[in-house]
Amino acid sequence: MGKVVAVTGNEAVANALRQADPDVCSLYPITPQTDIVQRFSSFVANGVVQTELLNAESEHSAMSAAIGASAAGGRVVTATSSQGLALMWEMLHIASGMNLPIVMPLVNRALSAPLNIHGDHSDGMGARDTGWVQLWSESAQEAYDNTIMAFRVAEHADIRLPVMVCMDGFIVSHSIARMEYLGDEEVKNFIGPYQTVNPLLDMEHPKSFGPLILTDLYHEYKRLQHEIMGRVKNVVLQVSDEFEKLSGRKYGLFESYRLDDADIALVILNSAAGTSKDVVDELRDKGIKAGLLKPRLFRPFPYEEIGKALKHLKAVCVMDRADSFGGYGPMFMEISSAMYQADGNGKRPKLINKIYGLGGRDYMPSDARQVLLELNEIAGGAPVTAVKEYIGVRE
Amino acid sequence: MKKWTELVPGAVVLEAGSSAKFKTGSWRTFRPEWLQENCIQCLMCWLYCPDMAVKVADGKMTGFDYDYCKGCGVCAKECPGKQGKKAIIMKPEGK
Repeated sequence: MGKVVAVTGNEAVANALRQADPDVCSLYPITPQTDIVQRFSSFVANGVVQTELLNAESEHSAMSAAIGASAAGGRVVTATSSQGLALMWEMLHIASGMNLPIVMPLVNRALSAPLNIHGDHSDGMGARDTGWVQLWSESAQEAYDNTIMAFRVAEHADIRLPVMVCMDGFIVSHSIARMEYLGDEEVKNFIGPYQTVNPLLDMEHPKSFGPLILTDLYHEYKRLQHEIMGRVKNVVLQVSDEFEKLSGRKYGLFESYRLDDADIALVILNSAAGTSKDVVDELRDKGIKAGLLKPRLFRPFPYEEIGKALKHLKAVCVMDRADSFGGYGPMFMEISSAMYQADGNGKRPKLINKIYGLGGRDYMPSDARQVLLELNEIAGGAPVTAVKEYIGVRE
Repeated sequence: MKKWTELVPGAVVLEAGSSAKFKTGSWRTFRPEWLQENCIQCLMCWLYCPDMAVKVADGKMTGFDYDYCKGCGVCAKECPGKQGKKAIIMKPEGK
């Protein structure tokens, strides 16, 4: 049975990992993720889980160990943030290229320089092309639910891919919120026993991982990887449906909030979506038809579905808590691509891009209000003066 | 050549010993040469060879398999030889 608690996002995710009882957890601490692996280490020390804990000497080693343990045939987890994810970078590609279903909570944090420990999405966006599945979470509840679902998604026979579960550093990871745990047995039954595929430790069937593949076959292997990534959407929807039956909480590829009859909308990830939804309600009360779309599955990106959900709007602002210097914000590029392909009978919404909240800068209702009111002007015929702009910045 | 639809996901090689199919001798720029008169049959060359380029029959070194020797020179380096004379020396290819 479920249990209502008041916990931090980190505590919630640590408990999701406890309930999954993985075979191996390789770890290296980094703020704001440390709390997850610290709590998980206590579970191991107290014999609450059967997991073998590996204290690595860096995140590069933590991911390398995770890859080895996963190839060996175990259910494997690790967790990281920011510089830690950056240091894992080459190994992230190896985990996905080898189809290893590692589950990794990523507590989103800004990247250096200048050094900053607070929440933004630079780390996760930097890893968007690594071949990992990315699920993003607004709250402790969503981070917990996504972590549990991540095992089912990662280990699904159709894909076998590593999954990164993203949540905002400090804002979610360290804030206490009301949420609901599922029972240990329920989670155990939902996730199920780990099914190995070509385990290295199957001594009866020796095999090799990580061969050299040159011009003759590399292109074909990448085509296969593209194909497998294309199956993820269905797997996520299928697992989310089953999860809804268990928990009563509904998840899709993204969340639509008051979008169906809207004229204007924000597209925004993670915790700031909560603040924005309040402001959407406020403007609705004033007769402004505002809405919101919060992506959940960012990789693979559901272009068609999101294009369909947004194509009827007059103006949309994509809010990025990360910048691609010299480019638009990373999510803006995805939404632009989705809208260009969407069939809107020659019409598509005006699109603008705001960069907000870098390095943990507060995102306030006034920020959402300012952007929505600007969208309202654009929807009414005002020209777009700047496609990409920083907000909440001292000018 | 295989199509992408015929590949094993994750590029896992499901067949043991498949490296025998992959001849790497053309990478070599230096060639080991065995001087049998200086060989004490210690098999250190066989032990240290990172590939499978040292041929052994009935427990004795019998020469090199140049299809797999990349010319790394580890065997020559490790060879203790006889009375200070090496049983394996490296020679530039093409000479």
